[in-house]
Amino acid sequence: MSSRHPGINLGDTDPATHQVAESVVFGFWIFLMSDLVLFALLFATYAATSQHGLAGGPTPSDIFDLKSPFIETMLLLVSSFTFGMASLALKYRQDRGRLLLWLLVTFALGAGFVAMEINDFVRMAGDGQTPQQSAYLSSFFALVGTHGLHVSAGLIWLVIMVIQLFVFGLTQQVKMRLMRLAIFWHMLDVVWVCIFTFVYLFGVSQ
Amino acid sequence: MSHQGLPISEDETLKGEFRDYCIGGVLALLLTMLAFALVAWNIFESWNRLISLSLLAIIQVIVHFRYFLHIDLRKSHRDELQLILFTGLILFLMAGGTVWILWNLHFRML
Repeated sequence: MSSRHPGINLGDTDPATHQVAESVVFGFWIFLMSDLVLFALLFATYAATSQHGLAGGPTPSDIFDLKSPFIETMLLLVSSFTFGMASLALKYRQDRGRLLLWLLVTFALGAGFVAMEINDFVRMAGDGQTPQQSAYLSSFFALVGTHGLHVSAGLIWLVIMVIQLFVFGLTQQVKMRLMRLAIFWHMLDVVWVCIFTFVYLFGVSQ
Repeated sequence: MSHQGLPISEDETLKGEFRDYCIGGVLALLLTMLAFALVAWNIFESWNRLISLSLLAIIQVIVHFRYFLHIDLRKSHRDELQLILFTGLILFLMAGGTVWILWNLHFRML
């Protein structure tokens, strides 16, 4: 039987929680894999419509520039790293203050990402680039919007965990929830790697 | 004394795991910058560039899995790895198949 799970393993620092976490985190991992299937199909739809679904509307190279996706990428990448630091604080320090600090930094970076994305969408809508324009734009908003919704859900989850840290402290339940949030957050960054490559960089290249 | 089921060879320390996150962060940063640089400075022709970008993305995804999600080739990680590989197969069939069929259809309809 496997004794390790994705994400940070508490291992010897908290053997009791580690043992319980194993099946819980593995179950969450299965959910994440099915979530990836959802994203893959949105990618496939996007790939198809970006070639033959333009309906005379704007093409990928018309609507993208590199600046805002680059900043968004950096925000999400750094937030993945800071969540890693939060995981280490959770595992080794048992230090609520340090953990809270890293979680808040992660929240700020994630919120910055969502704010920039909303700003992009509003700007596009202002230029008449709405989902109603063409199948291509529909699939663009569906794909990038679904990712944005996931990040927003992650942010809400983060806030709830910060509240739980204050109310319950570093209990076994809270630790396991944070471990699942960590792999959720890292997985969203993996999806974003595909989005910035296949949507933005491919789009500008065409 | 190691905990039941945890191999002794897996010496997890704060220092070691901190180093892992740093390696992952730096590699991901470099790969991201490289990908954006290819496009920003118009390096490579069309197809070569798209292939390079795809390769960079695949490498970066592997870096994220290895250093942020702690998935590696150790025997105790095989369950998760198998799940990833199976999901990868499903993604390849569904996403790749969709793109293939729609391209084919597009080609025949012209």
